[in-house]
Amino acid sequence: MPTSANKINLEQVRHIALLARLELTPEEEQRMLGDLEEMLEYVDKLNQLDTSAVEPTAQVGDIGAAAREDAVTNPSDPAAILANAPAARDQMFRVPRIIE
Amino acid sequence: MNVTTDPCRLTIDEARLALRKRELSAVELIRACLQRIAAVEPRLNSFITVCEKEALDQAQAADRRLASGDGGALCGIPLAIKDIYATRGVRTTCASKILENFVPTYDATVIARLRAEGAVFVGKANLDEFAMGSSTENSAFGPTRNPYDLERVAGGSSGGSAAAVAAGECLGSLGTDTGGSIREPAAFCGVVGIKPTYSRVSRFGVIAYASSLDQVGPFAKTVRDAAILMRSLAGGDPADSTCSTRPVPDYEQALTGDVKGLRIGVPSEYFVEGMQPEVEDAVRAALRQYESMGAAIVEVSLPHTGYAIAAYYLIATAEASANLERYDGIRYGLRVEAESLLDLYRKTRARGFGAEVKRRIMLGTFALSTGYYDAYYLKAQKVRTLIKRDFEQAFTRCDLIATPTAPTTAFRLGEKTSDPLQMYLSDIFTISVNLAGLPGMALPCGYDSHGMPIGLQLIGPAFGEEAIFRAGDAYERSGAVTRRPAAV
Repeated sequence: MPTSANKINLEQVRHIALLARLELTPEEEQRMLGDLEEMLEYVDKLNQLDTSAVEPTAQVGDIGAAAREDAVTNPSDPAAILANAPAARDQMFRVPRIIE
Repeated sequence: MNVTTDPCRLTIDEARLALRKRELSAVELIRACLQRIAAVEPRLNSFITVCEKEALDQAQAADRRLASGDGGALCGIPLAIKDIYATRGVRTTCASKILENFVPTYDATVIARLRAEGAVFVGKANLDEFAMGSSTENSAFGPTRNPYDLERVAGGSSGGSAAAVAAGECLGSLGTDTGGSIREPAAFCGVVGIKPTYSRVSRFGVIAYASSLDQVGPFAKTVRDAAILMRSLAGGDPADSTCSTRPVPDYEQALTGDVKGLRIGVPSEYFVEGMQPEVEDAVRAALRQYESMGAAIVEVSLPHTGYAIAAYYLIATAEASANLERYDGIRYGLRVEAESLLDLYRKTRARGFGAEVKRRIMLGTFALSTGYYDAYYLKAQKVRTLIKRDFEQAFTRCDLIATPTAPTTAFRLGEKTSDPLQMYLSDIFTISVNLAGLPGMALPCGYDSHGMPIGLQLIGPAFGEEAIFRAGDAYERSGAVTRRPAAV
């Protein structure tokens, strides 16, 4: 991990917010910078542990029915699904123009 | 007991007997809960949505089933459902503005199972937005208050589910637990709550927070009731490839009351400085009670406990940042219109998510971003391995591990909202259990000088739910603690 002095700066906060598709106000950016600095400072303690010979754990528990028949089991109900759409037309979701 | 005087105070075990004998009807029982809800909800806010009409319909159907003698295991039993479970035709908000008007077109697997058993769904319980929090103060629908003291939190994230059981608004409920979200509110509200082994219960239809940690579990007034609910919840599911296909035991059969020879491990790392002394005293007293019933107390060590919160907040937020990508304003949920698609995404998510959700998405996105993945996310996954090994090592010397559930009893509303890290530290005793994928149960073991409940936590090895239920039930039956009803 980088040293605590340069963990994160405002530029990075803006970059991360763009990656996360979040629009932050200038006040939110400042608060986020402080909160992330504090959290990154805290998680630094993981560096006290030598994990060079340790395998990562991504999943625990049993792996159950990992493979099954790829069959449609749910009823098709486009009307109910589109009822949740913020904007729909005919049987489609409406989105802003993406091709100029 | 005269069951007709206050049916909402019954346990599930008592109610199912009264229902089968037809001393009580499912409609009478749900009416009692709805009356209780009308009386206490303005103060508690356990529910985001109360399903009065649907519940009455379900209760009538349950009465027909009971009359014909083919009632399921939970026929006519009123349950509250954390508003994170997809419920067909009933809005499911996850306590977020981004899903304020979302109505699922299908049931989560566990909801379908409970329906098949004849359960009655009284309403959708409040939570921290997207299950991110330890106090239910992060709900877009206002905080849930503690039924024992309205100035204190109910715990979180499943605060509504815990408070609803404690206050008699339902007989049992469903929560989810990613880092303590069932056990901490159970402890704060003086009820029983169990997080089963990861993969024991299907997560299909449960809105995802951190998929490698999330697990479904019940709240109840007693250990027996929790065991009854678990039997209906657990079991394989073709719709959840991580769900175990192991046979489901009849957990009630495990409730023998006998703990002779049981080896209970006590980790010194869980009795830390800064802990409320009354919590430690109550847990120590519970250990002495177990000894007097013939269990053996053995010291164990979980040396990486102090690293659990750091590992958790990298893994959970990384998974959350990916899981919450789907809230983009296109197919369902809130949309803030904009000229470009990118701005639509950014404005929708900016308005739809609350501060804590944004904070976790940001931390998780950072931990997964180019140049930081190995240093943060991978490092945390390796530490997760060490934490898992700690438990494997400890369980070579004991059958169960007993600890406090939380370092303090319920704190005051607003006490920790300005300091995210302080809030995260309330999960210090529960988080390791999720990282290791183990089952853990919180059950009441006393009250502090303000009358606030204290929770004992029993942790088992993977798929060790029966031993947890047996030990929890034996303690409950010993009468070591006299339960006090909530004041609300």
